[in-house]
Amino acid sequence: MKSSLKPSKRSKSQGLDNSRPTFGKKIVLILLGGMIGFLNGFFGGGGGMICVPTLEKGLGLDNKRAHATAIAVIFPLSLISCAIYIFKGSISSLPLLSVGLGVLVGGIGGSIALKFIPSKALRVIFAVIMLLGGIRLMF
Amino acid sequence: MGGGTLLIPLLTIFLGFEQQLSQGINLLTFLVMAVFSLMIHSRNGLIATKNIFWIILGGVIFAIGGSLLATVIPSGILRRCFGAFLSLLAIGEFIKAFKKKKA
Repeated sequence: MKSSLKPSKRSKSQGLDNSRPTFGKKIVLILLGGMIGFLNGFFGGGGGMICVPTLEKGLGLDNKRAHATAIAVIFPLSLISCAIYIFKGSISSLPLLSVGLGVLVGGIGGSIALKFIPSKALRVIFAVIMLLGGIRLMF
Repeated sequence: MGGGTLLIPLLTIFLGFEQQLSQGINLLTFLVMAVFSLMIHSRNGLIATKNIFWIILGGVIFAIGGSLLATVIPSGILRRCFGAFLSLLAIGEFIKAFKKKKA
């Protein structure tokens, strides 16, 4: 058990990313995951926005990989959160179908439109809407 | 990605849904969309598996706590917390947009 506290010789020669995580790194990853899971469950989303920078900085993934991997990380968390929301009766079935359909159509449309809009402009538009929504919800 | 940050305020503000319902709908729609995204991403080999187990482990445990808390607190309080969270994320996005020029 002692050896797991320090990086092994193998990890030094192969570089940090190819090695098994040290005990300390595991704890940090679990805690970061915990934060993502808590926020994603409490707010019903938004975990991905914290997960992407975590994967970039914590695991050294590039932006594209971080985005794809974030979905894989958030998926099981959202699954369990969703189950709890349903079990606790927070989701009624009535508006679900219409909203779901709208999101699906919008999502497909959006992913096509994404290719034609510069990412900086998109990010600013996105942030403005988020801020307006956020302020409106607070008061 | 990040669609929920728009969907939740939209549902709560314009359709008058309870905050919990908006959040639950967002979780469900995410799960459906994610299935397709994950299929495409894994086909392109973009999903890293190394070390993510630990993030998911911590995430699942705390997701249970976060979700239970969200379902028991009053809707109005959850709505205000969400508003504050969204505003913070928005400020983060502003900073990123003007810091990274090549993105």
